[in-house]
Amino acid sequence: MSAQVSSNRAFFNQLKKYYTWYTGGFIAFVVVLAALEALGLPRLYIGYAFLFATVALYAGIGIMSRTADVAEYYVAGRRVPALFNGMATGADWMSAASFIGMAGGLYLQGFDGLAFILGWTGGYCLVALLLAPYLRKFGQFTIPDFLGARYGGNIARFIGILIAILCSFVYVVAQIYGVGLITARFTGLEFTLGVFVGLGGILVCSFLGGMRAVTWTQVAQYIILIVAYLIPVVWLSMKHTNIPIPQLVYGTVLQKVTEREKQLTADPKEQEVRAIFKQRAVDAKARVDGLPKTWEDGKAAAEAKVTELKAANAPVADINAAEKALTAYPKTEADARKAWTAQIGSNNARAAPPLPHATPFPSGNPDPVKNEAERDTKRLNFIVLVVCLMVGTAALPHILMRYYTTPSVNEARKSVFWSLLFIFLLYFTAPALAVLVKFDVYSFVVGKSFSDLPAWVASWAKVDPRLLSVTDINKDGILQLAELTLGQDIIVLATPEIAGLPYVISGLVAAGGLAAALSTADGLLLTIANALSHDLYYKMINPNASTQKRVAISKGLLLVVALLAAWTAAQAPADILFLVGAAFSLAAAGFFVPLVAGVFWKRATKWGAITSMIGGVTLTFWYMAVNQVWLRGVFGVTDPVNLWWGIQPISAGIFGLPLAIVLMIVVSLLTPAPDKQTQDLVEHVRYPNLKGDTLNTQGAVG
Amino acid sequence: MQLTERHKEYWQRNLKITGVLLAIWFVVTFVMAYFARPLAEITIPVLQFPLSFYMAAQGSLIVYVIIIWYYARKMGALDEEYGVAEGDE
Repeated sequence: MSAQVSSNRAFFNQLKKYYTWYTGGFIAFVVVLAALEALGLPRLYIGYAFLFATVALYAGIGIMSRTADVAEYYVAGRRVPALFNGMATGADWMSAASFIGMAGGLYLQGFDGLAFILGWTGGYCLVALLLAPYLRKFGQFTIPDFLGARYGGNIARFIGILIAILCSFVYVVAQIYGVGLITARFTGLEFTLGVFVGLGGILVCSFLGGMRAVTWTQVAQYIILIVAYLIPVVWLSMKHTNIPIPQLVYGTVLQKVTEREKQLTADPKEQEVRAIFKQRAVDAKARVDGLPKTWEDGKAAAEAKVTELKAANAPVADINAAEKALTAYPKTEADARKAWTAQIGSNNARAAPPLPHATPFPSGNPDPVKNEAERDTKRLNFIVLVVCLMVGTAALPHILMRYYTTPSVNEARKSVFWSLLFIFLLYFTAPALAVLVKFDVYSFVVGKSFSDLPAWVASWAKVDPRLLSVTDINKDGILQLAELTLGQDIIVLATPEIAGLPYVISGLVAAGGLAAALSTADGLLLTIANALSHDLYYKMINPNASTQKRVAISKGLLLVVALLAAWTAAQAPADILFLVGAAFSLAAAGFFVPLVAGVFWKRATKWGAITSMIGGVTLTFWYMAVNQVWLRGVFGVTDPVNLWWGIQPISAGIFGLPLAIVLMIVVSLLTPAPDKQTQDLVEHVRYPNLKGDTLNTQGAVG
Repeated sequence: MQLTERHKEYWQRNLKITGVLLAIWFVVTFVMAYFARPLAEITIPVLQFPLSFYMAAQGSLIVYVIIIWYYARKMGALDEEYGVAEGDE
């Protein structure tokens, strides 16, 4: 044992040395690029340098850690020290949505966006207290492994495989999409090509070395992503408060933002612009109400205008504009209804005064009774979203799987602490970033004349109008807040420029976003490939397969799944953010109950678990399918949307979860208690070490 | 395999620690969120945050980190005390 401890310590010190050198090397790389930028290196090359240097680095680690050993391939040899497993989990956990999208979501939603911050950190309490140590004691390789062993056989295992694949695949598509987006924006490559370059980076790592390579790459990726996230925020904090600890001092900035919101709400010019949008919404509503006549009239008018201009020999530009308007005109009455209804919504949204950032569950409704009701519904949605995200966190297989890789149960417990600490670093910075950027925009962009807006506004407006657009609606030459629209993703991407940092930091932020997306995609792909190769093929189809064959099959499947995910991402499904939320709700409703009951309730039976998983996932999926816009389209649902208690489809797990609990309890009590062997297994996982316990579930045979 | 009374006591104490920590987790998450509107009226001195915003953006997160840190430490000690730590053959 002491030999084991000292070898673990030596390994830890060696890792510490490697990663210290690595961090130093990376900083030197950034400094050199900064110097080259000052000497006139074009921006495009900086983008390329970051893209290729980081992807080559991850590939290098992947090649160095290549393996064909089963325990190494599936669980990194179970010798990852708690601290490093914490970093790897941090990178595994923080996806493109956390890195790029979250601060933007907080900017747009204010207090209500904090549900994501709470949900995606507080879930680790459930992981630590209810799952990680017990799963580590159980050992083995995957989450379906546990379900199969605890709930007697292949039915539970098979349902586990299906749920693991469903939620992981949905999630991995979103990551690969993020990779494509970042690559395309910072190197000028085409989106689809960007997807496949990123895919190469993901594959070379997980393909060659499985969990071992993914673990050591994720540690490297964590370091890049946290450095990239913190530098611009610290700089922005210096700019506005002169104190480099943004998390501590943004309370005063938040107060200034709140004051500015009040000014902007009362400002007559702002009100003028909002009134214009209100009128546009009223007009759009009149057109929808007047269908089909309004559509026919509009079409006739557009055609008449083209004919008239042509007959009058008007300038070509005018004729072209009129023809363009005619082509853009809705083709059918149904199209018109859809487009104009959307216009009512978007114009009404822009007619609203600025959202009070610090106020919980705000409502702009002037009617006091409705106002109160709206605020209560928002509170309910906030709370149920937090529940779904937390329970989902504690049920996503790619995260739980990471705790199989530590050397012991106690290391697994410590490792959850490190995981959350490393995640916390980013998550408690994101709200600060949102507030600082908001202050900057409200103070130094809004109220300026269009001719002297900061340079970053024009340059981002050119990249993509969905990210940033400014239009002088009331033609006064001054930018009002209501004339500015910002997309969620721009907040993090543009922060270096807002803070006045050189372009090399923008490149660094892009590299950070790429690291976040790649690391999560790696973990997810591995989960899917393992569920198929280990659980489906080895445990259910061919238990006599040799170890080489198992690893080879896993690698082959990884390739297939990755290509399938890239293909899906290249189709750019409509609502990618919803998909990420859906993965959490599905995992929460499917896995959480059988996993926790498996450890804490000896009486939980096979059929209790099976019905609980099926019932939970089915109800959750059904609620999404009948209520979420995009899924309604996919399944051709035409019944009117009927939300229960006003709960949004992203939190559908809130209905699946209680159903899963009820089914687990009722069905378990109706079926005979589990046999002696299963009960022994429960005792086995409850104690880190039990005298006289002959069970060995480690399964780490080479 | 027969569990001794000591083993049962270990598990009971584990359940108690888990229960208490989950109760704290529940309060800082859901009770805080439920009463977020009245709590927003309170401003934290020096830092100048409204209380409910601070908790949701930072305070509760710090409590989560402490909960997990305490659990790992406490359970490590409990393993030793009851002779169920790894390596205690």
